[in-house]
Amino acid sequence: MAEPAYQSHDQSHLAIRGLKAWYGPSQALYGIDIDIRPGELVTLLGRNGAGKSTTLRSIMGMVSRRTGSVMLAGQETIGLASHVIARKGIALCPEDRGIYASLSAEENLMLPPVVDKDGLSVEEVLEIFPGLRGRLKSPGTKLSGGEQQMLAIARILRTGAKLLLLDEPTEGLAPVIVQQIGAAIARLKDKGLTLLMVEQNVRFASTVADRHYIIDRGRVADAITNETLVSDFGRVTRLLGV
Amino acid sequence: MDIFGIPHQAFLGQIMLGVVNGAFYAVLSLGLAIIFGIVKIVNFAHGAFFMAGAFIAFLLGRHLGIGYWPSLIIVPLVVAGIGMVVERLLLRRIYGLDPIYGLLLTFGMVLVIEGGFRIAFGSSGYPYAAPDQLRGATNLGFMVMPNYRLVVIVSALFVCAVTWFVIERTSIGAKLRAATEKAELTQAFGVNVPLLLTLTYGAGVGLAAFAGVLAAPIQHVNPSMGSELVIIVFAIVVIGGLGSISGAVFTGLMLGVVEGLTKVFYAEGSTTIVFLVMALVLLVRPAGLFGREES
Repeated sequence: MAEPAYQSHDQSHLAIRGLKAWYGPSQALYGIDIDIRPGELVTLLGRNGAGKSTTLRSIMGMVSRRTGSVMLAGQETIGLASHVIARKGIALCPEDRGIYASLSAEENLMLPPVVDKDGLSVEEVLEIFPGLRGRLKSPGTKLSGGEQQMLAIARILRTGAKLLLLDEPTEGLAPVIVQQIGAAIARLKDKGLTLLMVEQNVRFASTVADRHYIIDRGRVADAITNETLVSDFGRVTRLLGV
Repeated sequence: MDIFGIPHQAFLGQIMLGVVNGAFYAVLSLGLAIIFGIVKIVNFAHGAFFMAGAFIAFLLGRHLGIGYWPSLIIVPLVVAGIGMVVERLLLRRIYGLDPIYGLLLTFGMVLVIEGGFRIAFGSSGYPYAAPDQLRGATNLGFMVMPNYRLVVIVSALFVCAVTWFVIERTSIGAKLRAATEKAELTQAFGVNVPLLLTLTYGAGVGLAAFAGVLAAPIQHVNPSMGSELVIIVFAIVVIGGLGSISGAVFTGLMLGVVEGLTKVFYAEGSTTIVFLVMALVLLVRPAGLFGREES
């Protein structure tokens, strides 16, 4: 019984039931149900404003109010403050990358507290993102967009979190950088990490993910496997309006 | 030698006295700037904590025989503790509301704290002696400087330097800067931001109390000594740019000197000059000398 529950494969790493969320008085989510098994890579697809980023933020407790159930490795987190949720082994790479201008790249990298001893060392992180090595002393926002994205992912690998939430990791990046990010994400999946990713780039999503949830107007509209997405690409992209 | 027709001793003497005042401004505006930057509260009660620092030092001396040097350590810690309780019980309730609530709440705290001291100890005030080893004066060549004021300058600058080092060069400082910039995301990384806010408010008012103990032997210890000072310090924080730490320290020292020089050339204007500078700076650089424009 000492082992964490999520190591047993019949149990979800993340199980969300009836998640509703509000920003101030305005409701953004109307009942989200999501299950992710350990080691899976799942994406949230959907139009702009559908509630994909809000779903990630709600999982982290970064909304003014949320109800329903968010079970992390068998533990309920709905009533917890966001720093307590983070320490249960979950980390967010936010939509705007969230690089701090007043911190050097190295300080950005070292900022999130280590939540599990299994986290990668700085050396291992730099091995995945070698481009960051020469930029550590620069102010965080002086890095290029691609470097900032790598830093934003590198930053949460150090913590040892087993569940990573990536919000549009390829947004606004050149194709060659998208490829590098894709390779890094594939390596994280190989390491056994569980990933939940918001992605506008459906083609990119189809190259890395196991399954997809389609979010529409604050609800889950559909859940499809990656095989379905690939074989029915035209229909799904029309549905998404992209 | 005369400078603009004024004996250079008088000139340099006023600069030195300006630096002494500037040292107080620096420590006080530093605390205000930290609190505003991280807790996002305009701490109107800063002067009240300054006064409380001076008073507690005086009371520790009178009733417990605790001298100046231990007080310089103990009093800031006591006041920091009081500040942390205040943050937990009162300030925490108004986070996220319009800034005017913070102003009103801390202004209310001024009335309560100052009123409490006035009822308990009267308005006339008490003398507080500098320690014996700091009596006397040193001849600096251009002026005879009381030793105690030299100590004020050195200890104020030392505290400012330590604060700067903690914020700019340590990992707790990186967390503070991160929480200043993106509080919500920083908390989502697992940093206990609510605790940081408590500690920051405590540290900020602790700095005010430190300045209060430093001021006790120079000023008469009385319940209104803080509110006279805090208006000028607010002007200084506005000139330096709200939330800028090095800006607050530099501006504090600089305006102490400017005020001193005004006493030489036009003594009647010395109480107004800070506000004149504030008006000019706001016209040219609305975010303050060291402030970043909000994007």
